[in-house]
Amino acid sequence: MKKLRSYCTVFIILLFVFMLAGCATTAGKAFETNESQVKLRSIQTRAFDTTDKKKMMQTVISTMQDLDFVINKADLTLGSVTGSKFLGNAVVAMTVTVRPRGEKQLLVRANAQYGINSVEDPETYQDFFVALGKAMFLTVQQVD
Amino acid sequence: MKKIPRFLKLLLIGFLSLGIIGCATTPKGFLKPSEGSLQKRQLQSRQYDTIDEEKILTSVAGVLQDLGFTLDESETKLGLVSASKKADAKSGGQIAGAVFLDLLCALGGSHSNATANCDKSQVVKASVITKPGLDGHKTIVRVTFQRIVWNMSNQISKVESIGDPQIYQKFYESLSKAIFLEAQQI
Repeated sequence: MKKLRSYCTVFIILLFVFMLAGCATTAGKAFETNESQVKLRSIQTRAFDTTDKKKMMQTVISTMQDLDFVINKADLTLGSVTGSKFLGNAVVAMTVTVRPRGEKQLLVRANAQYGINSVEDPETYQDFFVALGKAMFLTVQQVD
Repeated sequence: MKKIPRFLKLLLIGFLSLGIIGCATTPKGFLKPSEGSLQKRQLQSRQYDTIDEEKILTSVAGVLQDLGFTLDESETKLGLVSASKKADAKSGGQIAGAVFLDLLCALGGSHSNATANCDKSQVVKASVITKPGLDGHKTIVRVTFQRIVWNMSNQISKVESIGDPQIYQKFYESLSKAIFLEAQQI
């Protein structure tokens, strides 16, 4: 009899735990990242030795077009470009932002998403920056 | 302890490898320029003998409207106009084939609903970029199209970039005409 009671107690406690776990919403999932914030920034950001923001953005746009992206939005003041492309049945969305860094440089940050996954693979971004650097005739610099 | 039969082992290995394949999520190298990108650029771009980007952009907006597009976004300082259009995607051949397949299945006593997988409607997105040419006397225009297709049960059945040269050809014919018309103030 005693054994049965202890079983019941354990069962009820477990039930409560599960019910509580059920209360967690999935909204938090949208804000999760796998890499640390600093590491992600350095993967997605490069510096270029130029201050010509407009030319930089035009080059970003043509590089994205070369990569099959359709440009959806662009803003010179903010320095942002957003485009999307299809890869099989998935949508790749990418935002690139350009902003000044000090007096002589521009910082370019690319941010890509594949379907419902954020792209956090360094090589993928490296490919993009290499293509961008070639188009700008500039060397790409890693940012710490 | 009996030995595990050979085919069971194979089955297990097969399952495990399927499981590993299932872990692959994001493909790599999709931000690398492909070999055909130069060719695509030539197909999608034209040069115009003017440095008046604003004039080109207004003509582009006019052509897109002529083609039944609605403008979604524009940025004159960078030279961008993006637009989209909903259109019919029904194709007689595809529907006829699907109905025939359904009939055959019904005759054979099984269930099929190929008609529901036929294309119904599509959204075409266009984005036009203008930028000054390298020599400083010309303006380069580049347009890109992509489309999303829905089937009869309102599911997305296809997404693709449009690569048909004729579509680009037609767009630039209209644009050249529109630039001429604007110049003549019609």
